[in-house]
Amino acid sequence: MIPELGHLALILACLVSLVQGTLPLIGAHRDNAAWTGLARPAAQTQFALVAFAFGCLMQSFLANDFSVLYVTQHSNSLLPAVYRAAAVWGGHEGSLLLWLLMLSGWSCAVSLLSRQLPEPMVARVIGVLGLVAAGLQLFMLFTSNPFDRMLPAATQGLDLNPLLQDPGLVIHPPMLYMGYVGFSVAFAFAMAALLAGRLDAAWARWSRPWTNAAWVFLTLGIALGSYWAYYELGWGGWWFWDPVENASFMPWLAGTALIHSLAVTEKRGSFRNWTVLLAIVAFSLSLMGTFLVRSGVLTSVHAFASDPKRGIFILAFLVAVIGSSLTLFAWRAPKVGLGGGFALLSRETLLLVNNVLLAVACGTVLLGTLYPLIIDALNLGKLSVGPPYFNAVFVPVMLPLLVLLAVGPLARWKQADARDMARRLRVAAVMAVVAGIALPLLAGAWTPGVALALALAVWIAAGTWCQVRERLKSGWPPRSFWGMHLAHLGVAVFVVGVGMVKGHEVEKDVRMAVGDTVEIAGYQIEFLGMREVDGPNYTARQGAFALSKDGRRLRELRPEKRAYAATQSVMTEAAIDSGFTRDLYVSLGEPLAGRGATPDWSVRVYYKPFVTWIWFGCVLMALGGGVAAADRRYRLKARRAAEPATADDGVAA
Amino acid sequence: MKRFLIPLGLFLVLAVFLGIGLSRDPREVPSPLLGKAAPAFSLPTLGDSGRGDGPAFGPETMRGRVWVLNVWASWCASCRDEHPVLLGLAESGVVPIVGLDYKDQPAQAQGWLERHGNPYVLSALDADGRVGIDYGVYGVPETYVIDKAGIIRFKQIGAVTPEVLKTRMLPLIQELQR
Amino acid sequence: MTRLPVRLPATLMALLVAVLLQLALPPRATANEARPLAEDPAVEARLLRIAEEVRCLVCQNESLAASQADLAKDLRREIRAQIRQGKTDAQIMDFLVDRYGDFVRYRPPFNATTLLLWLGPFLALAVGLAALMRFLRRRQAAAPAPLTEDEQRRAAALLDGTD
Repeated sequence: MIPELGHLALILACLVSLVQGTLPLIGAHRDNAAWTGLARPAAQTQFALVAFAFGCLMQSFLANDFSVLYVTQHSNSLLPAVYRAAAVWGGHEGSLLLWLLMLSGWSCAVSLLSRQLPEPMVARVIGVLGLVAAGLQLFMLFTSNPFDRMLPAATQGLDLNPLLQDPGLVIHPPMLYMGYVGFSVAFAFAMAALLAGRLDAAWARWSRPWTNAAWVFLTLGIALGSYWAYYELGWGGWWFWDPVENASFMPWLAGTALIHSLAVTEKRGSFRNWTVLLAIVAFSLSLMGTFLVRSGVLTSVHAFASDPKRGIFILAFLVAVIGSSLTLFAWRAPKVGLGGGFALLSRETLLLVNNVLLAVACGTVLLGTLYPLIIDALNLGKLSVGPPYFNAVFVPVMLPLLVLLAVGPLARWKQADARDMARRLRVAAVMAVVAGIALPLLAGAWTPGVALALALAVWIAAGTWCQVRERLKSGWPPRSFWGMHLAHLGVAVFVVGVGMVKGHEVEKDVRMAVGDTVEIAGYQIEFLGMREVDGPNYTARQGAFALSKDGRRLRELRPEKRAYAATQSVMTEAAIDSGFTRDLYVSLGEPLAGRGATPDWSVRVYYKPFVTWIWFGCVLMALGGGVAAADRRYRLKARRAAEPATADDGVAA
Repeated sequence: MKRFLIPLGLFLVLAVFLGIGLSRDPREVPSPLLGKAAPAFSLPTLGDSGRGDGPAFGPETMRGRVWVLNVWASWCASCRDEHPVLLGLAESGVVPIVGLDYKDQPAQAQGWLERHGNPYVLSALDADGRVGIDYGVYGVPETYVIDKAGIIRFKQIGAVTPEVLKTRMLPLIQELQR
Repeated sequence: MTRLPVRLPATLMALLVAVLLQLALPPRATANEARPLAEDPAVEARLLRIAEEVRCLVCQNESLAASQADLAKDLRREIRAQIRQGKTDAQIMDFLVDRYGDFVRYRPPFNATTLLLWLGPFLALAVGLAALMRFLRRRQAAAPAPLTEDEQRRAAALLDGTD
């Protein structure tokens, strides 16, 4: 009964979104207030229906309803309740429903939080969102219905992939999808502006908080995915340039360019066409990511089971959405005039350089990800493009951007003073050079990679610090200022993490009998023994390892080798001692023939210095974005007659 | 202005590639050994007793004849799918089929052949998979068609289906035998 | 004249230095040391470096170094043997490519087919920056002249509402 109700809700939601996607748009075009007024209630109704459908699916999972095919494929009665709930988005159909839930959620948010926007604008934004939702719902109803029944019902499910039975699954996809889908709001704003034929600074101001929010979620989603891979996969890696990882990284790069470009468009009315194009590109990359993951076109550990029929439908959806938006862009863009002028050296120019660098970086990732496909399509053979390529090519492109990070915020709008900037950056430059030379030496070996990373990080951090100190002299700056610098600081922290881990990580593969100790980077890890442990749906062999430093016992680490009954698969759960300056990572290998009664074990031990700074940096970036989005300017009601001038012109964000 | 159409143009080109990509299988890797000499080896064979003590075999023994090399194993599920096809081919006597028993135990292999039928003139035992590496084997089953001069002319990745046999292997074998 | 902002950054620097000093401390020997799994750590290190550049063919996009698949173990064993035989990295890579094709390389070779791949990003960077320069110059030429002193005074008066 419940799955059928869910299915019905989905059908109704589709009808509502078709209405939502047509009438308000026509109404805005024809100044029909009745139709324009349909937008907000339609968005809210849609959210209610989709949320109900989602609830029905979740209920089916929680109640172990194995008459629903999707539940049988991804769940098991022994699965803990939290994973049964999260299994809703463990497969293709359910993850689409999650996408839809996020989309209708964001649309509902727009309908509730945009009182200060003119009605036709809101109607257009919600209308565009409705069209996207309609496309997704039609796709689901025709090819990927999560509510399909199987008769006769199964007695037990196939279980969720053990790799996914982890807190990471509970939070990573929802965060990521919030980000992907959030960019649809930026896209909808851009479309609304193009449809209205009005691309003024006001549009940018309205669009900014939504775009920032989407960017925050995407940043967190990607960081969570990276962290999850690190502790779950057992080999200590955190980024593999896997096609699906790239599929999330490209919208992030485009989104970062977008939030910077929006700053200029809002402040100075410049770059309107470019900003609109970026908004379209960011969302298009999100959609394309969806295509890549589900169509079987690229090989990836993340890929859902592929089905060419679905691939064709998504591709058609892609062409419809992106094709029509780019056509609209080509049609309306020429009519938009130039914004305010600016000098060759100015904040505008530096932000343009930022955009070029980010666009090139994004294009680089796109090229590398799709190149095997292109070569194969041209019958030129089969190629692999993996981490060695991306590392070799991506880092050089990003280096100039890292250098500019400290320079950009210093530049004045419209016209910057080069000598003044150089003077203010002198201190940061000196500190960066000193750091680059001295700090790596203190850590042991001097390598150019680590030196460069530390120099850049100190450059950014010192530059930020100098700026903040200076700015505080003229009063408390607004949140957008703090947000910007916090995010930039996050980049510096990230760079330290990457540089130190890559330069100084140690890995040891050892054979351990009970009582043996392995020495790594000043720490001692002693193998205490093994025991059997039972989990809710697995049995595990758990090792106990004592971690000590200089003879002082710190804690016990308990890595496991889990055997899941339902899928007959074996999973390694690493044990990690996480610290502010280093992680110690112990992973069990295989039992080996030993000298005594108990077998020896092959054990892999990692020392990862500053690895948590990688994700801490991302969290800071997200925090910065959140603080900036919460700037009070965005929550002003309709303009009052005389507004006191704020102190943030000129040098601030 | 025309330049605003550039993004649309680029996207449509991309969409075409994505569309073509849908019809390709990214996991299927063509063999670089096509047109090259079949790598030499000398392996023990299963023998009549099935204990793995049969006379040594190498591809040079088959010089002067067109033959098929089939990589199989008793632990391989898909091998059972293609086995009827191979049995049919063996029965027709068109071409000799040599088996390469990949990373298997002789006892298991013999038992499997007794249960499902033996289309092979002999089965070479590649216990550690080293010869498989030389032949670029990365999955089981795989099948090669080798000509009279010992050159690899065709490689099938995965099970040999009746369609593959009829449309690709048999015409090639007949042409090579002329 | 700017003074070196010594307080807070210096504290942070000191913290960073103290932490990094920890990294430089020499390890202490203890009893019952675990033996390295591999017989020769130097060979293993080289194996890992090579294996990270090789794709595991039976996996869903994993490197040969990380994969636990049977074929991956076999290939690692083979590479180890070849390292001991004294083969160079290039020879070992050629060995694999001869049997499995370029697909097995994670770092695409540099040839006519991959020219666009390897040069593309740098070309794009150069073209992007050049296009930007051209766009900016053209904009400068078309920009209206800045306000004269007189006009500035008038503008200020208008904004203050005193005109």
